[in-house]
Amino acid sequence: MVIVGAGECGTRAAFALREAGYDGTIALVGSEAHPPYERPPLSKEAMTGEQAPSIKTIADAARLAEHRIDLRNSTTVLSIDRANRSVRLADGSDLAYDKLLLATGALPRKLPLQGMGGRSVCLRTFDDALLIRRHLRQGVRIAIVGGGFIGLELAASARKLGADVTVIEAQPRILMRGVPEEIAAVVHQAHVAEGVEIVCGDGIASMEDDGETVRIVLSSGRTVVADLAIVGIGAVPVTALAETAGLALNNGISVDARLRTSDPHVFAAGDCCSFPLAVYGDRRVRLEAWRSAQEHGALAARNMLGAEEAHATVPWFWSDQYGLTLQIAGLPDEGDRTIRRDLGDGAFILFHLKDDGRLVAASGIGPDNAVARDVRLAEMLIARSARPDLAALASTAVKLKSLLAA
Amino acid sequence: MSDWIEACAADDIDEEDVLRFDHAGRTFAIYRSPEDEFFATDGLCTHEQIHLSQGLVMGDIIECPKHNGRFNYKTGAARGAPVCVNLRTYPVKVDDGKVFIRMAD
Repeated sequence: MVIVGAGECGTRAAFALREAGYDGTIALVGSEAHPPYERPPLSKEAMTGEQAPSIKTIADAARLAEHRIDLRNSTTVLSIDRANRSVRLADGSDLAYDKLLLATGALPRKLPLQGMGGRSVCLRTFDDALLIRRHLRQGVRIAIVGGGFIGLELAASARKLGADVTVIEAQPRILMRGVPEEIAAVVHQAHVAEGVEIVCGDGIASMEDDGETVRIVLSSGRTVVADLAIVGIGAVPVTALAETAGLALNNGISVDARLRTSDPHVFAAGDCCSFPLAVYGDRRVRLEAWRSAQEHGALAARNMLGAEEAHATVPWFWSDQYGLTLQIAGLPDEGDRTIRRDLGDGAFILFHLKDDGRLVAASGIGPDNAVARDVRLAEMLIARSARPDLAALASTAVKLKSLLAA
Repeated sequence: MSDWIEACAADDIDEEDVLRFDHAGRTFAIYRSPEDEFFATDGLCTHEQIHLSQGLVMGDIIECPKHNGRFNYKTGAARGAPVCVNLRTYPVKVDDGKVFIRMAD
C-alpha cells in the first residue's frame, strides 16, 4: 500500500490499515521534513504559548516503526504509472502498489496580485507557523486578508500577544461561507471587544511588500500598512498528480462514496477530494476539516482492503477564538428555517431544518465547550434524518438525548 | 491508602451522564452508567487537556467534547483516534445517597 500525503488523513489511513489487520508493507510519503503532526493548533495554541511553538506530533518514529509504517518524508511523488501500478518519487526511485491513496491535501489560495514578498505570508505548515510566530509581539501591525476561520483564529492569537490587528474581508460579513449570520455576529463582536479592527465589504486593490512593511490599498481607496500581512482566503485542493495521471477531477479529485477515484486501484481522501454526501442526497462536497480528514483516512483504508463501505457521517467542524468555541454539525445552508436554543452564559445553538421538518444542521457558539454536547447529539439526529419536535429543540427543559430515543 | 472523599450526591448525576468534581487541585469526572452504577476517572482528556464533563456519555463510553476522543469510562481504555493514552480510573462507592471516590496517591 502506498499513501501520498503524511498529514492527518494519510497518517490515519496508515494506522487504520494496521487496525484492520493488513500485514503487508505501507509507505507513507510526505513532503515536509517533520513527522506527521496536527495542523489545528497552528493558528491557536502554537501562536499564543510563551515559548516558541512546539509541534504536536500524531505519531513519532517509534510509533511508526512499531506499526511498520515506512515514512518517506521530505520527498514528493512525481508521477503515477497506473498501468504498472507504481509511483515515482523525487529521488528517482519507484514504489509499487496494490492500492494507492492520494491524501495530498490543500494549499492556501494565493492572491492574484503582484508584490508578494517576505512580509506577506500564508499559514498551512508548521514552518509557516514558526515564521508568523516570530513576528507576533506587542504593538506589531498585523493585517489579515480574509475573515475566514484561519484569519480570525490568527487574529485572536495575535491580539493575545498584543499585536495591532486589522482583518480585511471582501464579503459583506466575516465567515460568509458556512456560518450563519447570528453566529458570525457573535464572533465579530468578540473581535471588536478585544480591539481587532474588522473591515468588511472591501477588496484588495493592490498589495506591495518591500520586505519591511506591506502596503495594502483597498478597493475603497483606504490604505492599510502592516509589518506582516497574513493571507487566509481559502485553500485549493492539490490535484496536479491526479490530473497528470488522468484521474477524474471535480472540485478536487473526484471520488465515489467509497472514496474510490476513476481508477479502482486508486483512492483519494481528505481535503484533496470531492465526494457525494449521502445525508444530503449525494450532494457533492469537498471538506477542509480535521475530523473529516480522519474519517476519510480510516474509511479509505478499509475500502483499500475491500470493505466496500460507503461514507455515511455528518460533517463536523470547530473553531476556537478567545474563550469562545464554535461547533457546526452538518451544512447549515441545507436548512430552510432555524430554531434557536439558548443554553445560558451567552451560549446558543441554531438548529437548521428543512421545510419538511428534517434536521439538517446545527451550529452553536459559547464559552468553553458549552455547546459541544448538544451539537454532538444534533449530529446523531441529523445522521438519522430525524424530524424532532420544534418546541423540544427550543427548550432546555427537554434533554436532546431524549429525542434520540424517540 | 488514601481516604474516601465525598464527591457529590448520587442524585446530582442523571443516568448515562457525567459530572465534574474538583478536589485538592485535581479534576475528576464522575459517571453514572445506564445500569445505575457509578465510576470515576481523571477529569481531563489525555489528548488535549479538555474537561470530559462537558462531553457526551453513551452507554459505557465518554466522548471528549473537543475532538470526539472516546474512552470506556469503566476501564479507562482509549477507544480510537485521536486518543491513544488511557484514562486513569478511581474506585467509587455509594453510601447513603452520596458518591465517594478514592484517590490514588
